[in-house]
Amino acid sequence: MSATGIGAAVRRKEDQRFITGKGHYTDDVNRPGQSHAYFLRSPHARARIKAIDSKAAAAMPGVLAVLTGAELAADKVGGLICGWMIKSKDGSPMKAAPHPAIAHGTANYVGDAVAVIIAETLAQAKDAAEKVKVDYELLPPAADPAKAQTGPQIHEVAPRNTIYQWHLGDPKAVEAAFKAAKHVTKLDLVNNRLAPNAIEPRAAIGEYDAGTDSLTLWNTTQNPHVARLVISAFVGIAPEHKLRVIAPDVGGGFGSKIFIYPEEVVCLWASRRIGRPVKWVSERSEAFLTDAHGRDHVTHAELALDADGKVMALKVKTIANLGAYMSTFSSSVPTYLYGTLLSGQYEIPAIYCEVDAVYTNTVPVDAYRGAGRPEATFVVERLMEVAARELDVDPADLRKKNFIKKFPHQTPVIMNYDAGDYHASLKKAMELADYAGFGRRKRESARNGKLRGVGFSTYIEACGIAPSQAVGSLGCGVGLWESAEVRVNPTGSVEILTGCHQHGQGHETTFAQVISDRLGIPIENVSVVHGDTDKVQFGMGTYGSRSGAVGISAIVKALDKVESKAKKVAAHMLEVAEGDIVFKDGKFTVAGTDKSAAWGDVALNAYIAHKFVGAELEPGLKEGAFYDPTNFTFPAGCHICEVEVDRETGESEIVAWTAVDDFGTVVNPMIVEGQVHGGIAQGVGQALLEGVVYDQDGQLVTGSFMDYCMPRAQNLPVLKVDMTTTKAPSNPLGIKGCGEAGAIAAPVAVINAITNAIGTEDLAMPATAQTVWQALQKSNNGQKAA
Amino acid sequence: MSAVAMTVNGKAVTGDVDPRTLLVQYLREHLRLTGTHVGCDTSQCGACVVHVNGKAVKSCTVFAWQVEGANVLTIEGLAEPNGPLHPMQEAFREHHGLQCGYCTPGMIMTAVDMVNRKGNDLDDPTIRHELEGNLCRCTGYHNIVKAIAAGAKAMGKGHG
Amino acid sequence: MYAFTQHRPETVRQAASLLAKQEEAKLLAGGHTLIPTMKLRLAGPKNLVDLSKVEGLTGIEVSGRSITIGAMTPHVEVTTSAEVKEAIPALAYLAGLIGDPAVRHRGTIGGSIANNDPNADYPAACLGLGATIITNKRRIEADEFFKGLFETALEPDEIITKVQFPKPQKAGYVKFPNPASRYALVGVFVSKRGSEIRVAVTGAGSNGVFRVTAFEEALKKRFGAKSLEGMTVPADGMASDIHGSAEYRAHLIGVLARRAVAAAAAGPDTDVD
Repeated sequence: MSATGIGAAVRRKEDQRFITGKGHYTDDVNRPGQSHAYFLRSPHARARIKAIDSKAAAAMPGVLAVLTGAELAADKVGGLICGWMIKSKDGSPMKAAPHPAIAHGTANYVGDAVAVIIAETLAQAKDAAEKVKVDYELLPPAADPAKAQTGPQIHEVAPRNTIYQWHLGDPKAVEAAFKAAKHVTKLDLVNNRLAPNAIEPRAAIGEYDAGTDSLTLWNTTQNPHVARLVISAFVGIAPEHKLRVIAPDVGGGFGSKIFIYPEEVVCLWASRRIGRPVKWVSERSEAFLTDAHGRDHVTHAELALDADGKVMALKVKTIANLGAYMSTFSSSVPTYLYGTLLSGQYEIPAIYCEVDAVYTNTVPVDAYRGAGRPEATFVVERLMEVAARELDVDPADLRKKNFIKKFPHQTPVIMNYDAGDYHASLKKAMELADYAGFGRRKRESARNGKLRGVGFSTYIEACGIAPSQAVGSLGCGVGLWESAEVRVNPTGSVEILTGCHQHGQGHETTFAQVISDRLGIPIENVSVVHGDTDKVQFGMGTYGSRSGAVGISAIVKALDKVESKAKKVAAHMLEVAEGDIVFKDGKFTVAGTDKSAAWGDVALNAYIAHKFVGAELEPGLKEGAFYDPTNFTFPAGCHICEVEVDRETGESEIVAWTAVDDFGTVVNPMIVEGQVHGGIAQGVGQALLEGVVYDQDGQLVTGSFMDYCMPRAQNLPVLKVDMTTTKAPSNPLGIKGCGEAGAIAAPVAVINAITNAIGTEDLAMPATAQTVWQALQKSNNGQKAA
Repeated sequence: MSAVAMTVNGKAVTGDVDPRTLLVQYLREHLRLTGTHVGCDTSQCGACVVHVNGKAVKSCTVFAWQVEGANVLTIEGLAEPNGPLHPMQEAFREHHGLQCGYCTPGMIMTAVDMVNRKGNDLDDPTIRHELEGNLCRCTGYHNIVKAIAAGAKAMGKGHG
Repeated sequence: MYAFTQHRPETVRQAASLLAKQEEAKLLAGGHTLIPTMKLRLAGPKNLVDLSKVEGLTGIEVSGRSITIGAMTPHVEVTTSAEVKEAIPALAYLAGLIGDPAVRHRGTIGGSIANNDPNADYPAACLGLGATIITNKRRIEADEFFKGLFETALEPDEIITKVQFPKPQKAGYVKFPNPASRYALVGVFVSKRGSEIRVAVTGAGSNGVFRVTAFEEALKKRFGAKSLEGMTVPADGMASDIHGSAEYRAHLIGVLARRAVAAAAAGPDTDVD
């Protein structure tokens, strides 16, 4: 491993601009003549829009336009779509309700845009918004997912507010297993709704060029090409080749910036109407009302075990809240990203999962870091931990007994795990966490008046989303391959044009490391180009922990072609046969001799091309590849959380965290650890601090950071992070991916730890001090806690 | 319109702006210093932290006219022009104390202020407590805390 | 936010006159309550009377029996003041818990008290120490000053100039923050000065800061945490929201009061800032 190759903790190239304040985020972009958009949003969870009177508003100073759903419809702008078809048990397609970019007819959640005001300044737009008179007729909302199926019907296409009733697995096998089971553990769980809250709010600038009749969109998107495709082909704003989408520096995504939202559609549409660029930047309280939320499952789950503590079957019934409209990937999150991970790390002979997705009058819900896998992990790992307690068996032992030990392993829920060693990460984690010493630490905590608990999370996820054939067969509208072009310049420097997009993951460094490792050139000579549909070929973007496994694999394929062509060029230069050339450490050598050509010379020669015979060898050195994964990848690991609970206040403090993850090949361990840290923080947030709360009228109670608790530095301990390695067999470098692991593993580790401390299993997330205290009161002040 | 006058990163600046103009807006929109960021509307996230007369201030919660005559330092002014980076900036890079970079300018300015007030030997609990007004969604704070501890020490070696 | 005209008087008299004469005028102190509400368009004063240039409103004075803090003194000065740490360490400690470091560079004691946010910290200190609020017109005892949610005894053109805290023999403050806002979900300030015992609670009450006379009586017999063992405050009259039910807040009052008394009895706090 070289100092800048694969496996090196190279310091990031992109940091230079971020630490000096020279990053280039969407709000930093200002276009000549730009105007400002402000969205007027419904204050009601559900209301008929009877009339909108914008005359007074339109006459206000600086106002350029006041537009509503009526104008949008008149201009025949299409609605937003969900790109993954999910079918119900009876074969019927999901009930996708129309989703116009500006509500027309009915507003369906607090935050649903009913008009947009465009003015010279934002203040003028807000002043005018106050003068828009909307005549609402209030309708009874369905706000609670658990009751949505018997509540007022929100969309005509979806009776009982049911989008689909999906299932996976073998119900008969599961029933038989439960009949024969020696022990059944049952749990009712809620996976709490979260707001993603990347620190950079969403933003969009739409600009129309009358000269070329084309549009440009600057947008905080994780996937500019997908945005371009959806906005052109489905929403119909412009033909694809007349729309350019630029994602400059993006300040965090976590999934929330994957989706195509109303605001960018409106900015584009409005800019053409008024002939001026239109800029919109979300405010934080607006973000709570418009960024797709995450999670929000209500689940009943049961685990059947035999007399030896071997798991025989698992059955799961979930109601998944998708909010008022189906967001871009929403349908897939509680189905193929959830049900397919219910085997966990275990040999489970029979699994049956049923998911009802429902509409409610709340913000649309879609993928958020982990997307379905945190929900699955929470179900499986809570069941295992509680089962262990009920059987009076050490939770680590129960897991070990049930681990999958032979690979490949076909689970009953589609996924075929190709490689792994779950015992290795469990063992390492237990050593690092000094699990053996827990009893002693518990007694010490007790002497200090605190309850101490330990919780495990042996998680697995499916990443490297995803093999096109697989997801296509499951209903996804697009294949999830990735693209790369490796462009060698005459002077030997290299540009990688990638369809991935970084918003914190450090691709400008890690991708350069891959090139440096392969071509033997310094990483300073490598640039990564991304985020502009004019510059880069179609790519699917970055999410689902795919940029390593899929994005880098595309680069490797392109590099294979580059190397092959470069060898041809070198052969020409050195006047030998192509098969005589060996490429190593940046040099092309004639095998068995000391005749060689340096990388730089070969690159230059490719473009000078004096000696090429055209038919045999084209000039230039630039190769592209589209890589389609052959399987998902399966990062997995073991997290162990220790907490101390103050019995008087209910406050929990995480006193130790150990994470041992298997990500296969790791390009930059420093960056990978950073991803784990961030994921753990979000998982801790879900378990202890965060939760979107709606009241029964569909009013958002947690509408700002004053009520929605974001994790702060003091909420987290120093994190012990380590790795074990089984390479992914399915891609050239053996990369599994790491971006979501922390968020998937963490919440259940925390809840397992707190329930262990307080001696009762009845504990909701977020397990705030009040919640823990109430749980203690309910269980008679924790008399059961040892 | 009201007159504003201050020194920003060592340069005297004046302007005539809407009195509602917050310091962060003045910096970003009038002076085109876009390194200072806006991340929330409740003065909690800290992405907007700058120094006013040597003290960390949330520039989203101060009007530009309130800092008349003051010395304002933003992330762009932390390092000497054409000079080496400030040791706290270097520490953030060395210890991977940033991912998406959006909270980073505010984090670095808060960190420098922290050292100015609490010295060069900062322990883990102190740093975490002092970061109460800075939110990061990417890093889990682990490397930010490491970076600040290292940057604090480096500042003590007469570099900052 | 809505448009306004700002005024920057240089004397208290000028400030008071502006407050009285300008339409919908509000005082601007540290701005970390007012400006956020203006940004959200929840408040729209037409005139802002900025106090930052008014002479004589900052500074900390020590006398034999009391500490007097200028109304425009930022929290950071109170929490780092050697004099306050010496005379009333619990007060220095409390100031260091307000907001965050950047907020403490701007937020002021006068602004906090005049606003009387039911979850603010300073009202507990004022009521818990028996402070005197000194304005441009008169002196108001803390027991008369805090009237209700965001309501004080201040008249429309009255301006706090300083706050005088009598030095206690013992004092302690324990805060249980709202995890999101970091304001006090419940905060209890206790003090003993001769035979005068005060137990002031912020955050919990549905009508703002209040004293718990039952606890004060118990502590009069003996100023120790044990005197409050098993004592509770009834849940009615307590505030309730997603962060804390009335029962939970009532429960916390007992817990925090015992801890505050233990801290007070133990003596001056360790390094705070």
